[in-house]
Amino acid sequence: MHPNVATWLTTAPILLDGAWGTEFQARGLPPGACPDALNLERPDWVAAVAGAYIAAGARAILTNTFGANRFMLARHDLTDRLAEINRRGAEISRAAAGPEALVFGSVGPTGQMLLMGDVTEAEIEAAFTEQIEALAAGGVDAIAFETMADLDEVKIALTVARRAGLPAMASLVYDSGPDHDRTMMGITPEQAAETLAEAGADIIGSNCGHGSEGFVPLAPRLKAASGLPLWLKPNAGLPEMQAGRAVYRQTPADFAQDALALVAAGADFIGGCCGTTPEFIRATAATLATAHK
Amino acid sequence: MARNEALFEAICKGKRNDVTALVQGEIDAGTDIIALMNSSMIPAMRDMGERFSRNEVYVPEMLIAARAMQAGLNLIEPILADKGHKAKAKVCIGTVKGDLHDIGKNLVAIMLKGAGFDVIDCGVDCDTAKFEQAVQDGAQAVLCSALLTTTMPYMKEVVAKLKDSSAKIIIGGAPVTRQYAEEIGADGYGADAFEGVTEVERLLGLTAA
Repeated sequence: MHPNVATWLTTAPILLDGAWGTEFQARGLPPGACPDALNLERPDWVAAVAGAYIAAGARAILTNTFGANRFMLARHDLTDRLAEINRRGAEISRAAAGPEALVFGSVGPTGQMLLMGDVTEAEIEAAFTEQIEALAAGGVDAIAFETMADLDEVKIALTVARRAGLPAMASLVYDSGPDHDRTMMGITPEQAAETLAEAGADIIGSNCGHGSEGFVPLAPRLKAASGLPLWLKPNAGLPEMQAGRAVYRQTPADFAQDALALVAAGADFIGGCCGTTPEFIRATAATLATAHK
Repeated sequence: MARNEALFEAICKGKRNDVTALVQGEIDAGTDIIALMNSSMIPAMRDMGERFSRNEVYVPEMLIAARAMQAGLNLIEPILADKGHKAKAKVCIGTVKGDLHDIGKNLVAIMLKGAGFDVIDCGVDCDTAKFEQAVQDGAQAVLCSALLTTTMPYMKEVVAKLKDSSAKIIIGGAPVTRQYAEEIGADGYGADAFEGVTEVERLLGLTAA
């Protein structure tokens, strides 16, 4: 394990941030627009979201760079601004985090299928390398590979993070299979945990896919199979469609209670994914403070 | 026609080169290609679709099977065109505006081709105009896909825009439910690729009795 992670763990559980995309949409980002471009176009919005999570009590926040890899940016004709988007994203979160809180550079999937021969391993590696180098230049403390599904892709990602000397967290989505405990590629938590530990992950985790109750059975399985610190970011329950919009029903107070249960189940880093807001993180901070007094 | 077991297996296992060789062999032997599709190829994709629905196989297995199927179809399509063979029906498929995800859409497209449809692939990030154009070009069914809860509401606009056309609208994708399809007035819903195809067949009155 990276020595920095060991130091951070002395103060676990570490509260993370919640969702970013929905916060931008609430400010007026149209569906389908590139959220990562906001780092250049509306840095004030990005700073406001990062700041809101810090103010809510998050001790580690991510960067607004989830889709800032060459493949995803190409869909918005933004590849020429890749380094800038990532570096600015890191700098904005860094400034909001101040000297105390940690910044994890957010890196999402490339959207390319290695097994279909869409891309070569070398192309995936080059894509992660340029993104992570720019995030490092912007001052991130670590890299968070989020919402991953394909182990082969994550393995390459981890190699790149290690080469950059940064601690790396790898989080997969378990939303498939009869018990919703496999990734869409059919991978179980045990398979993922073993492979990720072997590939050099410092922290492993799960995000998105279901609400907090779905994470309770996952937590001990991930932890037992990897022996690594655990990162969990559940959704605010399952979305219900109301008048054509996805509505997350869970209240911040209920989410906070579930977060407490997830910490008891082994989470070292706890935050929220889709549907969560600074209010959810604030409620979780209060609940954790009471429980860990 | 008896099932070509080797071909059936090669498609299920996603062995693209084997599929190409086996289909070419049948073509060279003068086999009735439509009978071959109906006996061996379409059932293979249906079998995979059913196994996917039952959580016995996952996205990778489906994708490589679909790719193998496509390799076979690539050999067959020109022959059918030469013979003036008519497709079952013309349909179009696309991921709705704002959504760039195409894995699910591509799977449904290949299942539709395998089931004998002429498929217009509208791609990703499709606005209503793209779907309208496809309907003008003869699509009798419009299949809309969305992976995100934030883009799925666009399906309602597609339905509103096309409600006066004769085309049937079928929606699908991870967050989409039958209830949502009913709510926005879509004609049909597919929980997965396999169901999507049977739903199109049902709505166009093509279901084998």
